[in-house]
Amino acid sequence: MLKVIIALISGILFGAGMIISAMVDPTKVIAFLNVTGNWDPSLAFVMGGALAVFTPCYHLLIKKRSHALNGDKFSWTSNTKIDRTLLSGAAIFGAGWGLAGFCPGPAMASIGGGSTTIFIFIISMLIGIVLAKQYLQGRLPFIGRRKKGCAV
Amino acid sequence: MENFTPWSALAGGALLGLSASLLMLFSGKVAGISGIIGGLLAPQKGEFTWRLAFAVGMVGSLFLLKPFSIDLPDLVSQPSVYIILAGLLVGFGTRLGNGCTSGHGIIGLGRFSKRSIAATSVFMIVAALVVLLRQQFGVL
Repeated sequence: MLKVIIALISGILFGAGMIISAMVDPTKVIAFLNVTGNWDPSLAFVMGGALAVFTPCYHLLIKKRSHALNGDKFSWTSNTKIDRTLLSGAAIFGAGWGLAGFCPGPAMASIGGGSTTIFIFIISMLIGIVLAKQYLQGRLPFIGRRKKGCAV
Repeated sequence: MENFTPWSALAGGALLGLSASLLMLFSGKVAGISGIIGGLLAPQKGEFTWRLAFAVGMVGSLFLLKPFSIDLPDLVSQPSVYIILAGLLVGFGTRLGNGCTSGHGIIGLGRFSKRSIAATSVFMIVAALVVLLRQQFGVL
């Protein structure tokens, strides 16, 4: 039960962070990515702020532990290989992110606004996720089989 | 640079870092949003409820911020075909690449993971290239 409450609180903090930092504003995202134009570096500060908190927490508090506080194992992957699947996935994601300025976190945090655009984006994203799973399991026609992926 | 907002960006970013630290320290989970959404679509035993709670919290945060006059921005309208294409690419790419701006860009980078450093560099560069093509050369 506590695990669910912690997840709920983390979700609230995450959503609030997305909204307060303006990651939910695609115009702002595009302005950050528009390096050669009228560049707005604000979103680099979002990542900076997040890393300024998470990096010391991870290296000083989490890394030395064998288990999380509730006794569960840590769920990061032991995979360290930089393979073609990882890089092509990142490139495809980058193309979509640059196209509309939405990534999964901000889209989720924006659902409550009731915008049709967000709704269309999320439905398309869910379809993309399902297609990727089919692809990774070798179930899409026309594309060859790939080995299964794992968590970050 | 007229819309430069470093302080709210830092404050919001710090909340993201706090969220990721809390979730990992307490229950060992990665606050990667694409992974959480993907996990909701393909439920595994013991991994569904916390993901649902996280998603509910994310969606609910807006309603907790509204009393403080913090709201979502007005969206500039874009053709639906771009939104659909973008959604498909984001969904497909994040599952193939095992993460997005949160999982790779915050948790992975914070852990100094080589995979995440590579993935973050690639999606940043490709996204900037797409914006360059659209804004500077009017392609797409």
